[in-house]
Order: sequence, then C-alpha cells, then structure tokens
Amino acid sequence: MWIDSLPPFAPFYIAALLALIARGRLQSLVMLAAPVLGGLHLWLDVSPGIVTAMPIMEYELVLMRTDRLSLVFGYIFHIAAFVAVIYSLHTRDTSQKVSSLFYAGSALGAVFAGDLITLFIFWELLALSSVFLIWASRTERAIRSGTRYLLIQVSSGMLLLAGALIRYHQTGSLEFDFIGLEGLSGLLIFLAFGIKCAFPLLHNWLTDAYPEATPSGAVFLSVFTTKTAVYALARGYPGTEILIYIGAVMTCFPIFFAVIENDLRRVLAYSLINQLGFMVCGIGIGTALALNGTVAHAFSHILYKALLFMSMGAILYRAGTIKASDLGGLYKSMPKTAALCIVGACSISAFPLFSGFVSKSMILAAMLEEGHDYLWLVLLFASAGVVHHAGIKVPYFGFFAKDSGIRTQEAPLNMLVAMSIAAALCIFIGVQPLYLYALLPWEVEYWPYEMTHVLSQMQLLLFAALAFGWLNKLGLHPPEIHAVNIDVEWLYRKLIPKFAHHAYEAAQRIYRTTTVTLRRTSNEAEKSMIKTSLGRFSLAASWPTGSMVFWIAVILGAYLLADAIH
Amino acid sequence: MIEQNLSLLLVIIPLLSAPVTAILPNARSAWLLTLAVTWTCLILAGWQITLVTDGSIISYELGGWSPPWGIEYRIDAMNAFVALIVSGIAAITLPYALLSVEKEIPLEKIPLFYSAFQLCLVGLLGIAQTGDVFNLFVFLEISSLSSYALIAMGEQRRSLTAAYQYLIMGTIGATFLLIGIGLIYAETGTLNMLDLNQRLQPILDHRTVHTGFAFIVVGIALKLALFPLHLWLPNAYKYAPSVISVFLAATATKVAVYIMLRMVFGVFSDEFVRKTPTDHMFLLLGAFGVIMASATAIYQRDVKRLFAYSSIAQVSYIVLGIGLSSVLGVTAALVHVFNHALMKGALFMACGALVYRLGSSRFENLNGVGRQMPWTCVAIFIASLSLIGIPGTAGFISKWYFVLAALEQESWPIALVILLGSLLAVGYVWKIVELLFLRPASDSTATVGEAPAALLVPMWLLVIANIYFGFNTELTVNVADTAARMLGLGMNHE
Repeated sequence: MWIDSLPPFAPFYIAALLALIARGRLQSLVMLAAPVLGGLHLWLDVSPGIVTAMPIMEYELVLMRTDRLSLVFGYIFHIAAFVAVIYSLHTRDTSQKVSSLFYAGSALGAVFAGDLITLFIFWELLALSSVFLIWASRTERAIRSGTRYLLIQVSSGMLLLAGALIRYHQTGSLEFDFIGLEGLSGLLIFLAFGIKCAFPLLHNWLTDAYPEATPSGAVFLSVFTTKTAVYALARGYPGTEILIYIGAVMTCFPIFFAVIENDLRRVLAYSLINQLGFMVCGIGIGTALALNGTVAHAFSHILYKALLFMSMGAILYRAGTIKASDLGGLYKSMPKTAALCIVGACSISAFPLFSGFVSKSMILAAMLEEGHDYLWLVLLFASAGVVHHAGIKVPYFGFFAKDSGIRTQEAPLNMLVAMSIAAALCIFIGVQPLYLYALLPWEVEYWPYEMTHVLSQMQLLLFAALAFGWLNKLGLHPPEIHAVNIDVEWLYRKLIPKFAHHAYEAAQRIYRTTTVTLRRTSNEAEKSMIKTSLGRFSLAASWPTGSMVFWIAVILGAYLLADAIH
Repeated sequence: MIEQNLSLLLVIIPLLSAPVTAILPNARSAWLLTLAVTWTCLILAGWQITLVTDGSIISYELGGWSPPWGIEYRIDAMNAFVALIVSGIAAITLPYALLSVEKEIPLEKIPLFYSAFQLCLVGLLGIAQTGDVFNLFVFLEISSLSSYALIAMGEQRRSLTAAYQYLIMGTIGATFLLIGIGLIYAETGTLNMLDLNQRLQPILDHRTVHTGFAFIVVGIALKLALFPLHLWLPNAYKYAPSVISVFLAATATKVAVYIMLRMVFGVFSDEFVRKTPTDHMFLLLGAFGVIMASATAIYQRDVKRLFAYSSIAQVSYIVLGIGLSSVLGVTAALVHVFNHALMKGALFMACGALVYRLGSSRFENLNGVGRQMPWTCVAIFIASLSLIGIPGTAGFISKWYFVLAALEQESWPIALVILLGSLLAVGYVWKIVELLFLRPASDSTATVGEAPAALLVPMWLLVIANIYFGFNTELTVNVADTAARMLGLGMNHE
C-alpha cells in the first residue's frame, strides 16, 4: 500500500505548511499531530526494507530507504520532536514553530535518504530551516552567530555535493552506503559529515550558535543536526580507525572549556561535543557492539541532552539570564524544574539506573574488547569530566549555589510536561534497557548491570563529585565570571578579519598607485596623441562602442593568429 | 494541409500580420491581433516539436525549389526547440504587455510597436526554421532592425543612445557574419547548410575557410553578448520598454546561441572546432565571462542592469557548454537556453512590474518594497533561486548538466568556475533580497500597491514553470539530448 512508502519527512512538511496558516489552538494541534501521527506511522506501518524512489533526470532520488539503523534514528527523532514541540507550545512566534517543524522533517529526510543527492538536499534544508531558530532570538549577537552558523553549515553541504559528484563520476553510483576514506570523494564527504558532527577545530559553530538560540530552539537544535551527522557517519564510515582518535579528542577538550564557561547553555553545548565524542569513538571501533553502543547512546543522549537544554531554557525563560554568575538558589522558586534537571544530570553522568549508564557502557566495553586500553582510560577521564561539568556544575549553579535573590515562578505547564516525559524516558531506559536494546540495529548480547561495572562507575562518580566539592571548598574551582571564552574561533573571528583588513588595505594601496600611474601615463599619451594629426578624430572618447570595436578587433586578431600557429 | 506547411506558417503568419497591425486604428485591436498571432505561433511550434522529438526531420522546400538551389526549411529537434522557446515566451509576454505597454508607450505609437514586435518575432522564428545560411542572415537582420526600433521606444531619452549603440554593434556583428558567409560561399558555391557541411569537409584546411569561420564566430559572439563583446547589452536591456526587456532577454541571445551551435557544429563540425583554437577560445572567454559578469552584477545599483549582467554570465555558461564540444556539453547548453529563458523572463517581468508601480528600477527607489508588493518580490526571489541553481528549480538541472559535462572531460577548472559562478550569484541575489525585504521602506515604497493581476499572472506562470521544469526534465533534457546528437557530436571521437 502506498501509505507504508510515505517518506517520514512528509507529515512534518505538511504540518509546517499548515502551521503557517493556522493560529492558536489549531496551530498547536497541527504541530502535535505531526510527530504523533508520523511516529505511529513509522512504528506501525513501516518495516525495514522499504525503498521509495522518485525518478528525476536519469537518476532515482531514493526518498526513503528503511533498515534497522535508519528506523531507530527515525523513532528517537519522532519522540524528541514530540517532546520539543510540547516544550515550545507556549511561544507565539509562528516563524519559529514553522521552521522547527521543517527542521525536524529535514532531519528525518536526511536519515531516510537512500542516495547522496537526497542526503545533500536535506542536509542543506537542515541548515536553512534551523538557522531561523537562532535568528528568532532577535538579538544582534544571535543574528551574527546565526549567520556564521549558516555559512559553515552550507559549506558542509557544498563539500558533500562536491564529494557526491566526484563519487558519481568515479563509481557511477550515488547510493548512500559504506563510503570509506579512500579517494578525494571519501575525504570530502568525511569532512562534510565532520563539520556537522563538530569534529575538533570544526566545532565552533556549535558552541557559538546553540547558546544564542531561543529556549525552545536550542532544544530542537540539540537533537537533530549533530545526531543526523552521527547517523551519516555510522552509515558511511563505520570502522574507520581515525574516528576513534577524533572521538577521544572530542570527549576531552570540551571539558576544560565547559569548566570555565559561565553561560550554562554553552556549558551544555560543550558537553554535547563531549558526548558526540563517545559516539564517534563507537563508530570508529566499528564492531557490532560498538555501533549498537553508538546508536543507543545517541538515543539516550538525545533525551537527556534535550532535558537539560529544556531545564536551562526554562531558567532563561523565567529568570531572563543563563549566566552561572548571576543565578543561584532557584530551587526555591522552581523546585520541579530543578528535580527534572537533576534527572537529566544523573543520566548524562551515567548514574546506574539512568539512561546514560546503559548506553555509554556499551561503547566503553567495546573499546576494551578491541584492545584500546589507553583510549579507554581517556574516555574514563572524559566521563569523570562529564560528571563534573554537566552532572554537577549545571544543576548546582543553575538551581543551588549562592542565593542570587532571583524569585520567579515555576516553569509553564507545557515545559514541565515536556521535561517530565523526557525524564521518565531517561529513567525507563535506565531501568529497563532491554526495550532499547531490542531496537538496536545489530543482534548483540549485552547486559550493563554487572557488579564490577556498577561499582567502578559509582567509584568514578563519587570521585568526580568529591573533586568538585573539594575544589569548590578550597576556592580552586574556576570562578564564574562574565566573559566570552573563544577557542579556535579566534582564527576566524579575530585573526582572519585582521589579516583580511590588512590585505584589503594593501590591495587598496596597490590599486591607487597603479591607477595614478596609469592615469598619468595615459594622460601623457593622450597629450602626445592630440598633437598628432589623428587627434582630430577624438580616439580617446570612451563610450562603449569604441571599446567594443576594439575588443572585436582583438578577438578576431587573436583568433586568427592562434589559428595560424595551431 | 496545415501539417505540410507547418514550418512555413510559423514564419509567414507574423510576417503577414505585422503590416496589418501597423495600420490598425487603435491600441487594443493591435494588441488583440498580436495576441492571436503569438498564440497561433505557439500552437504551431508545439505541434512542430511533437513531430521531431523522435529524431525525424521535416524538410520544406520554399516555393517548390528543391535544395540546394532553393531555400530549404529544415526542422530537427533543435530548430523546433528554439522555435518553441521563442513563440512560448512571445505568447506569455503578450498578456503581460497590455497594461505595461499602455503605460510606457505613447498611445498613437502602440500599433507600430506591436508591428515591430511581430517583425522581431518573424526574425527570431525565421532563424530557428531556416536551413539556408543567407536566409538566416536576412532573418537575423529583420529581428535586429526591429529590436533597435523597439528599444528606442523606451521612455527615457537614453534609450535612443542605447538603441544606437546596439545598432552599431549589431550591424558590425551582422556584417562579420555576412563576410564569413561570403567567404565560405566563395569556396563552396552553396548556401544550404546541409550541402555546405558536405562540401566543406574536403576543404577544411583551406585558409579562406578558416578565415570565414573566424568572422562567423566573432560575428555571432557579438550577437550573443559573449564577454568581452557584451557592452551593448546592459544598456539595451535597461532602457528598453519593460516588455521588450522581457522578450529580448528571454529570446534574443538564445537564438544567437542557436546560430552559434548550428554554424559551428552543423555547418562546420566538432572535429574542425577541435582542430582550431575555437573550443579553447570559448572555454577561456566563457570562464572569464561567468566570473567577471557575475562579479560586475554584484556592484550594480539598478535591478534591470543587475539582471542584464547576470544574463551575460548565464550566456557565458552556455558558451562553456559549447566550448566543451561534447554531447553532454551541448545538451547542457540547450537545456540552459530553455531554463534561462524561463528565469530571465520571470525576472524581467517582475522588474517591469516594479517599474510599472514605482517608475524606476534603481535601488534607491526600491527599499523594502517586498512588504507592499509581495507577489512580485517573491517571484523575483524564486526565479533568483533558479538563477543560482538551488535544487528543485530549473536552474539546478542546467547547472547539474554543466558540471557533469565538465567532469566528463575532467576539466576541473571549468567545474570550479561553474560552482564559483553560483556562489557569486548568491552574492547578487542576496543584495536584491536585502533590498526588497530587509531594508525599511522609504516614503515612495511605503504606499505603493501590488502590481495588477495582468502582470502577475504571466510572471507567476513563468515562476511555476521554473519549479516545474526543475522536477520534470522530460521535455528539456530529452529534446536537448536528441538535438545534440543530431548535430553529429561525439560521432568521431568516442
């Protein structure tokens, strides 16, 4: 039947168009209907192995290709979209709502894309639709960082297209399956995925733009863009060894920035990169267990990271700021939000019985199985770092710490509902991991709750908590101050503009000197010309006809000359 | 009966009705007659193309004189394709013309205007239909002379200067073409294209033939505004009446492209092209044209001029396609001829609508007009996306084929130039978007109303066509592919 071959992005796009004209309750209904109906459709009607293609030119655009890998991403995207839509119900900003639906739909389109051109189209749509969630903050900073975000995302798409074209040219196939690093095309596509997946040195768009998005915009952003990239990497580059090292670096370096960062949503953005690092490691290992771990971690990470972004968004919405230095004591006014935030923090810290524990441990176990002992230690260190900055710092500075005197209301009902759903899922997955494991693409026997594993994790957690408490007590914890921390963005926010400025000035100087010289020479030539008898015909008159005839003569002459030599 | 005389009717109907139109008493009846003529031509052209898409050829002997002595109309897929573009654009421009022309042309001159318009149509259709090089020159002159007159009817006095410059340049171009034709006639003694092609093969090394070829190529290059022979174009498009900007931008250079293809590959051969520096010249000038014209477009302060420069850039793409001298390259060129006619038709119609309401197309008069004239401005936006080559628009299809054609021959620099051109297009389109939508409205634009439906409907038909042909490529690509193969490309070197 046609209904099971309906591409999953379609309900979202239709709903986005409807939301554009509908208002009020009807609009909310339409927005909720998209993930609910789409999700039910995916769950009930769609089984692995469906391919829907649309012929265009001599190609077939494969709009929908389902297998277990794309389906599990499809499920979690629907759940996350549902939660995020509930979270954003209170806003009246239609443009934001429409673009968030387009955005979610594009992510689904990319996940179910069966060929590189379809992937490219949704890749770019993903960038175009998401930038409005940043611009919707309508501050000067947001507009600037949104523009930077768009530039980087679009260039990622350009690289993807270039890679796809070269690949087509070389292999004659556009199919989106294992790609591998071989050849220029493999490298270009790898780079395109890497930009979206926030590889080290390519990550700045994330920490730059996500904190500037609107409260609900950041929730959407935290879910889709990077996880689409994780999916693309998992499909195109499983078992590519360099990814293990890239992933290890990604887990570590954000920790330091996260610790000194004052903007709590930027802390979360850094921790997002750190968590992506685990997934990238898993893809790099490439065994069934590791890939399952990656998918499971993406699944649970989407939920708890969205939960954390939602709780921080609630603070921003109610208190008007998200700077650690200005907040504190909010648990008195927002107890429910605080509790839900702690659930998210426990999950990201991989506390046993929370979702992070059951998924991250798969990647770590796979790492040991493959004999990467040192990298395993690196990831362990990174896990401790997560506990420190995301597990403790975020809720501590957000809700507890020194009372800042801010008194406000509890978060709106729709936000609480959304957060509760996410929190419930976090705990459910943590307690009953088998339901999640059943969805995973590969058959693997794995059970996280072994005594040694639980104990060592508890040790790690307590030690990290101890470190935080101790540092704080001794006053050694980096103080929370108003400051903009920039890392390698310095390259393009400071160095390149400065360089460009100098280059521009130099070019100006050269241009000025040349024009002055040229003008002087031509004036002199003209003067001597006027003295000759030809001067009467005003050859210097500079209207186009003269110069065009000149060009005709040049071209005809040059052509005949070249022809004669040929 | 009609089917046998189809090829001739397409030319003879507007030719006969043009003088009738000139003596009609009032503007409306002149318009009505022209409307009827253009739509008849469109129907005939549509009919004609269905007869030749399978690769067959219609040969029509004018006056019963058999070729090579008499004039032959020889219609293959490419001829029919070009005739369809020309008559299609004319037919869709006419409903748009009614209001626009009444606003811009003095009432008593309107019958003459439409008469000249029909003559221009005769010329362009004749070029598309004929199989005789001298006849082609005659039609080229008919279309050129009438277009000088049409441009000179523009509202501003500068349109006279623009028309005069165009006249000088056009005449030089036509003269070069004629010199070239004369030289090869002297060598072969025939003017029929098919006959010429056969007779030229043994004497392709003769210096006279080479020189004749050089004159022909340079002459046509001027007509199609190949960089750096493009200087006549921006002024001609800017100062012409809006309707004429639409019609010429969408058809005139396209027909010149057709002449180039027909002369270079049909009369001479791709082998000959590769032996001479022609292909290199096309690639070099095309690449320069794409970049220079796009870059110049960014600095324009007038919407019409901006799109005129973008036209030069787009023609340069087509020249790149010709320069690749492969089936894929020529297919890309022909597809782009069609798609570019759609884009530029829509864009210049929208410019005309802006002029209709605001009396100017200069940037300083258009600040923030997107809020007052949303339909017009969104049309500009969508057609511009097509100009950039965003997937889902017709422009993407042509860019895709250009890139494929370049990659097929491993000419990476050309592929890069094509992508760079798109990037520059983003630059000038962004300028327009910012101007129309993001700037605060000024006094003149805050009160203006949306353009009338008579202007909007044809404009949006073309905009929708831009999207439609971005998905359905059956007509464009198939016909272009058949046409490219029938030029004998790729037969000698595969």
